[in-house]
Amino acid sequence: MSATNLNAAGLRRDEAAERLALFGLASPALLLVLVVMVIPVGWLFYVSFIGADGNFSLENYVRMIDEKSYFRIFVTTFEVSLLTTGLCILIGYPLAYFMSCLPVRIANLCLITVLLPFWTSLLVRTYAWLVLLQKKGLVNSWAISLGLWDEPIKMVHNMTGTLIGMVHIMLPFLILPVYGAMRSIDRDYLKAASNLGASPTRAFWTVFVPLTTPGLFAGALMVFVLCLGFYVTPAVLGGGRVILVSMKIVSNIELFVNWGAASALGVVLLGITVLILWAASRFLRLEQIAGGGH
Amino acid sequence: MKLSLTLTVAAGLMATTALAQDKTVTIASWGGSYQEAQSKALFAPAAANTGIAVKEETYGGMSDVRLQVSTGAVTLDIVASGSGSAARAGAEGLLEPLDYSVIDVSTFYPTLKSEYCVGGDVFSTVYAWNTKTYGDNGPQSWADFWNVEKFPGKRAYRNKVAGALEPALMADGVAPEDVYKVLDSEEGIERAINKIRELKPHIDVFWSSGAQHAQLMKDGEVDMTTGWNGRFDNAAKDGAMVKYSFNQALLDYDCFAIPKGAPNKDTAMAFLAEISKPEYQDDLPKYITYGPTNKAAFDTGEITPEVAAMLPSSPANAAMQLPISLEWYIKWETIADEKYQSMLTE
Repeated sequence: MSATNLNAAGLRRDEAAERLALFGLASPALLLVLVVMVIPVGWLFYVSFIGADGNFSLENYVRMIDEKSYFRIFVTTFEVSLLTTGLCILIGYPLAYFMSCLPVRIANLCLITVLLPFWTSLLVRTYAWLVLLQKKGLVNSWAISLGLWDEPIKMVHNMTGTLIGMVHIMLPFLILPVYGAMRSIDRDYLKAASNLGASPTRAFWTVFVPLTTPGLFAGALMVFVLCLGFYVTPAVLGGGRVILVSMKIVSNIELFVNWGAASALGVVLLGITVLILWAASRFLRLEQIAGGGH
Repeated sequence: MKLSLTLTVAAGLMATTALAQDKTVTIASWGGSYQEAQSKALFAPAAANTGIAVKEETYGGMSDVRLQVSTGAVTLDIVASGSGSAARAGAEGLLEPLDYSVIDVSTFYPTLKSEYCVGGDVFSTVYAWNTKTYGDNGPQSWADFWNVEKFPGKRAYRNKVAGALEPALMADGVAPEDVYKVLDSEEGIERAINKIRELKPHIDVFWSSGAQHAQLMKDGEVDMTTGWNGRFDNAAKDGAMVKYSFNQALLDYDCFAIPKGAPNKDTAMAFLAEISKPEYQDDLPKYITYGPTNKAAFDTGEITPEVAAMLPSSPANAAMQLPISLEWYIKWETIADEKYQSMLTE
């Protein structure tokens, strides 16, 4: 046996020992995930197949196909989530870009203003929007006294109010990863692009934006997935007219004797979310491969 | 508020040091001005007199009880509930049967108690209107509530089926005494839901709680709403421009129940016996215009004739109203609510 072989075996042994040690260190966290995440979700999955009489049954899923309202609720949920994500990108991306152009100290100050609402209670922010946006709220009464419009505009207890509230609450989730991605971009790339004759617009779209896509994707995905299960804000600002899956889960728990009726909804929502994440991750990888090919 | 209540109760206990301190009950109710009234009229005085320490919580209704009972982690000893949901929960086996040899109901209205739930107060589901929009002569019937030409303006309505279908049928011309006959079939339920569908473009908000419909009227967010009478009286006391009528209103009662497996079941039973006495019930109308379920409360002299005239259960007011049918809710609520929720998503 040669010295190199011995050495390789020793290295392998060390590697295995290190892996075991790392696994040991990670095991409390793994155990926690197992206990608080995998087991309850598994249980929900199981009870979704239990009918009202306590036996195995598909009735909870059949009901979702038979009753047209479930389809409408899923459509509304995805509509609200997509619109919120889109609006967050439209507002958050330029803001993050603006902040990334500022000197770090001033940018940090801006970051605090982004984070400050993030640290305020979700309920407080939601009710604050209700106070601002309602018929005799601040926005309407100021606008009327300034002569901007004559009749109060309906801005809450509908889709508009729901979107305003949700975009406000979701914005930091988009801005933070996008800003992080932008900060890590070497600005010399843009100079190089200009040096090669690209206009500032062209340099921005062909060099800067593609480099921020991983951050943008991560942020957008986070916003979208959080929106899918959002409850408080749409329940308060939607005025009972914007009904999302999360609210239907609550009303099914209140209405039916068994948990299955509600957990079936959760299982379907989870399934769709996992599908979207899977599709997005494929897209993301392709994007990176395409980016690397340039 | 919870803290200050606990402190009040604690102070009451300290004043009566001779009493046992180890007995505790946890009571969950609906919050807002309703629970405040219960607390001042019933819980705090009864705690002071019996030496039972009271912990108050707010909760989301029988679904919370269902969760606690099914997971075997019951923390609530007494819950305040609507009569209908208590009847359903009792039928599902979520509640302890009440011991009426401990709780004296001999002077109760016979219909205001059940095997699992003892009546605490009588309330009405009424239509209320903004007096700034319509003056004192607002809608006088459910047909008026539906009449958007005579009474133009935005409405609010409940986001659940309980108390939602009866008004629709009366607006559709069904006589109050026939409402539950018509509702006793899928077609009748559809008919009521269609009537709400007709009004839906004028319904701005589907409210989910009493605090919410009171706030909607206070803020002038809608011009007319359905809701529980006591909440409107309290909103009016706070300066809201709101009035309501008992004509064609739905007469209902709230009750107290003990969840199955409550940790302090016997103490809870004793506490329910205490707060069902007329000397506590006669104080409730001072804080909210809900009437007593114990007839003897009218004889103590605490409830003046003027106050009695404002209560849902006063003979003159009760005669104008439709009493809720618990049998209908046990039989139809799940089916009707699925249809109702479906209409809401359209």
